[in-house]
Amino acid sequence: MKKIVSIVLLIALFATLFTGCKSEDKIVLNVYNWGDYIDEDIFETFEEETGIEINYETYATNEEMYTKIKKGGTQYDIAIPSDYMIEKMIKEDLLEPIDLSKIPNYANIDSRFKGLDFDPENKYSVPYFWGTVGIIYNTDLITEPVDSWSVLWDEKYSGMFTMVDSQRDSIMVALKKLGYSMNTKNLDELEAAKQALIEQKPLVLAYVGDNVKDMLISEEAAMAVVWSGEASAVIQEYDNFAYALPKEGSNMWFDNVIIPKGSKNIEAAHQFIDFLCRGDIGFKNADYVGYATCNTETMKLIDQSLIGTTYAYPDLKLLENFEIFSDPGDFITEYDRIWTEIKAK
Amino acid sequence: MIKRLSSGPYLFWMLMFVIVPIVMILAFSMVTVTSGGDWSFSLSNFSRAFDPIYIAVLGRSLKIALEATFICFILGYPMAMILAKMPVKYRTFSVMLFVVPMWMNFLLRTYAWMTILGKNGIINGLLSLLGLPNVTFLYTEGAVLLGMVYNFLPFMVLPIYTVLMKMDQSLVEAAEDLGGDKRTVFRKVIFPLSIPGILSGVSMVFMPSVSTFVISNLLYGGQYMLIGNLIEQQFLVVNDWNFGSAVAMILMLLILASMAIMNRFGGGNPEERGANLW
Repeated sequence: MKKIVSIVLLIALFATLFTGCKSEDKIVLNVYNWGDYIDEDIFETFEEETGIEINYETYATNEEMYTKIKKGGTQYDIAIPSDYMIEKMIKEDLLEPIDLSKIPNYANIDSRFKGLDFDPENKYSVPYFWGTVGIIYNTDLITEPVDSWSVLWDEKYSGMFTMVDSQRDSIMVALKKLGYSMNTKNLDELEAAKQALIEQKPLVLAYVGDNVKDMLISEEAAMAVVWSGEASAVIQEYDNFAYALPKEGSNMWFDNVIIPKGSKNIEAAHQFIDFLCRGDIGFKNADYVGYATCNTETMKLIDQSLIGTTYAYPDLKLLENFEIFSDPGDFITEYDRIWTEIKAK
Repeated sequence: MIKRLSSGPYLFWMLMFVIVPIVMILAFSMVTVTSGGDWSFSLSNFSRAFDPIYIAVLGRSLKIALEATFICFILGYPMAMILAKMPVKYRTFSVMLFVVPMWMNFLLRTYAWMTILGKNGIINGLLSLLGLPNVTFLYTEGAVLLGMVYNFLPFMVLPIYTVLMKMDQSLVEAAEDLGGDKRTVFRKVIFPLSIPGILSGVSMVFMPSVSTFVISNLLYGGQYMLIGNLIEQQFLVVNDWNFGSAVAMILMLLILASMAIMNRFGGGNPEERGANLW
């Protein structure tokens, strides 16, 4: 008898190992996004309007997101990668096609952001935000003009600035400073960039991700390589900061919403994308995260004084020598190796 | 029969969460994947790990982990002795004080150090109040070392304290009766008897120190690559799980070797020591 009881108990124990808590009545949409890149209040609005619950997770780099989706074992229904990563994910068949007829608010998206090279027909992605990479600096602490990447190799700013802890963006800074394309597939150019970054390393205060804003505000760092929206968020709060678009050119990027392959809630994901494309929701997000919207309806709602600023909606003439990242294909292993070697030094 | 059955969950646990993952890491580390997705057996991941750059990373990790362990020992042993000698009334409370910080999230504690050590942090605030110049604490090797010592010190103190507490006081009294002065008693009786606690403390500090990536990431701003950072980067950033697995295997062997060396050091009954170690 005892034996039977213990066997039954064991079976029960094993069985519970494999059951999560599942409620069948409610659709739960798994959203995977950059940290601090959406106004989380809108989830409630979305749930009220559609009854669909949002499960929210964040990542810090495109590469981190890619690895998690590529290696499987995760169930995301929405993610928001950047240009080159979308190109790579399309090539590797990691994305579900998007049916634009189910997204009426797609009409709100400025045609400037549609049909970009990484997804020429917007078959897989819908624009979310766009921006640049540049240098934000504290005008109290840095009085000389900042207009070039070369300030980041200047001895007098030793220990005063941070680089961005993202492989493509940091290598981009060195490539652009040296006058090369940031999409180079030339190994000599890449090695030169590596040397430049290793040379620069003693001057760098830190390689940082999301906490760069805190470091600037607390004056831990006087200058930082940042994505424009971070600059925007800081500058709108504090007067003593400015954002420079380096004259050698930089990265102009576009983050689009995608549906990863294997999503079980494709219908709901479409609903969510349509929701994001709504003018008022776009405004809430733009207002919260500080990045530049791709949405014409949202454009009408934003603070018009932002138009023409370097950090939010710059004059397009300033962006003429800016590039968009493209996926280097298999050559990415060289970027990977070089980034590892820079960090290991 | 029941006895055997009741070990089932434990065996299952071992198999699923210890044996299978290790075999998987080993398999990953001995394989290279071409861009087309073809797998082939190769040891190139290991030979790459012996590139001077990565040897330097390994050396750096070992050095700072040994330093952290040494400092923890120097600080921890007297603390454990003080604790063990306290009257019971205060002792429980004091031990609690050691344990309570561990209830707080490890990340949070490390973040707190960032605000303490920062350029405009608490320490520099005090310095400037005294009219002294600012000192850069954060984003230096010292900050990482401090983070390790702070986070792992309880793991050194508690096992040594436990051993000292359990020690048969009559042995100490006997030594004293036989004319040993305090120093001799400590050297000949207390210290040798506390070795199992020291060994367990040393390994519990050394292992997390040598493999950490969070402390170095936060307190040295992602510039200071320890072997843990290298592994993390291979898995999360550059997506080279094979090389990452090879480095993880090497780290594992290293820890295994250091444990073997430590077991040689300590005399006494190995079984007793094993029990204390875990």
